Amino acid sequence: MTPGHQIDGRAKFDIRQLTVSLADGSHILDDLSHTLTEGRINALIGPSGCGKSTLLRCLNRLIEPTKGSITLDGVDIANTDVLTLRARVGMVMQSATMFAGSIADNLAFGPRSLGLEIDRPRIKELLELVSLDPSLLDNDAQNLSGGQAQRVSIARALANKPEVLLLDEPTSALDPAATRTIESTLKRLRDELRMTIVLVSHSMEQVERIADTSALMLDGKIIESGTPEHLLSGVHHHWTEQFAKGELSSQKENQPN
Amino acid sequence: MLDTLSELLPRLPGILGALTLVGLAIGISYWQKVGLEKSMAVAVVRAFVQLIAIGYALQLIFDSDNPLWIAVIVGVMLTVAGLTSGKRAKSIPRARTIALLSISTSLVLTLGTLLMFKVFEPSPQSIIPIAGMIIGNAMTATSLSMARLRDDLKSSRSAIESALALGAPSRVAAQGQLRTALATGMTPLVDSTKTVGLIALPGAMTGMILAGSPPMEAVQLQIVVMFMLVGAAAFASMIATFLTYRQFFTKTHQLNL
Repeated sequence: MTPGHQIDGRAKFDIRQLTVSLADGSHILDDLSHTLTEGRINALIGPSGCGKSTLLRCLNRLIEPTKGSITLDGVDIANTDVLTLRARVGMVMQSATMFAGSIADNLAFGPRSLGLEIDRPRIKELLELVSLDPSLLDNDAQNLSGGQAQRVSIARALANKPEVLLLDEPTSALDPAATRTIESTLKRLRDELRMTIVLVSHSMEQVERIADTSALMLDGKIIESGTPEHLLSGVHHHWTEQFAKGELSSQKENQPN
Repeated sequence: MLDTLSELLPRLPGILGALTLVGLAIGISYWQKVGLEKSMAVAVVRAFVQLIAIGYALQLIFDSDNPLWIAVIVGVMLTVAGLTSGKRAKSIPRARTIALLSISTSLVLTLGTLLMFKVFEPSPQSIIPIAGMIIGNAMTATSLSMARLRDDLKSSRSAIESALALGAPSRVAAQGQLRTALATGMTPLVDSTKTVGLIALPGAMTGMILAGSPPMEAVQLQIVVMFMLVGAAAFASMIATFLTYRQFFTKTHQLNL
């Protein structure tokens, strides 16, 4: 990697030579190494099929890699109890799936799975943190708008008091206003709670708006990484421009050697 | 063979009379272009040959009085049931093994209970037809539970992974799907037990009444049969659901579809 775009801060996740292969021998992730910085919004971008969601799902072990290792605070996550790891590393999916019951029931799900209880003041505090009206806590979670459901699913992940929040294209199904609310929530989590955030995004504009570090992926590899400004400047501008125009696609022949 | 056939001969006019109904059905199929004529003809021939064969086999077994024959015939029933049920449950790894295990465990538990309480005599005349009824119903319950669990896990993937990502163990994450699969396997028998005698007189009872037994005797037998089949379906559904669930989740709580 070219020098001059070092990110300040300690490594939260250190990903080393990670490979995820399918049964037919093809690779979703191909010998990928990357560092995700503590207390920052770390973006992963790239065209669909590039492996960014797979990489995200390796970080909380929803997928086990075929080869390679990931450390969290220097400890190999393969040697960590998987349920404890998932409580420390929260995840928000692309489209929020609400569990049956009220919003409060949804927020209590994580702590209950770990044998803990969560009280109503704490639930209200979490709803406020994601810019939702705390008086909604007894409402049925099935009748929420897409943006509200996504905010509940962020609050639900936060109920476990995670150190890291993984988000898989959390705004791809939302309108611009709902998108901005989620983005400001993520900045708040970084600034007020010093959380490490890993954001898979489809939008270079979003990455510019909120991310501190970014990595552009193609065909299971990281082809460029650094600050969003770095990605948009200098010799590497070509890749990013292609991606922003939607011309970067997952075909081997598009890659120069 | 000759004995059986000569016994059958006086009944031939009756069989031919009933066959005119099949002829009528084939005629309707041809007239309305349903395209089932060939299947119906094949089904009629198969039913005739299969039933004559089993009648002949049963006569031999009852005459020989060797318990080994019971094992052979029950073994054949189990194999056919396991293969049939396993074939239905496409895309479930080790489906045939799961089906065979569920059906045979259900048979051992149900038949064992009946023999322990001396509900039936351990003679070939009772064990073979009872084993047949248990296996048939256990097979249906197994197929229903396996297919339902597979379908529900696929359609609820995002809810299940949301729960797993919150630190829930796979058994908790798939709790709703497991319950539904179990209920699906058991519901047909629970329903027919509820309405027994109101809608149709069930097979065992009909047979006994047709053969000239007093209705109350036939009723007693039917009650035992219904209770036995509810148990058989419950055992089979439970084992099939559990074993199918184990195919789709890893020890480290990942959903593997």
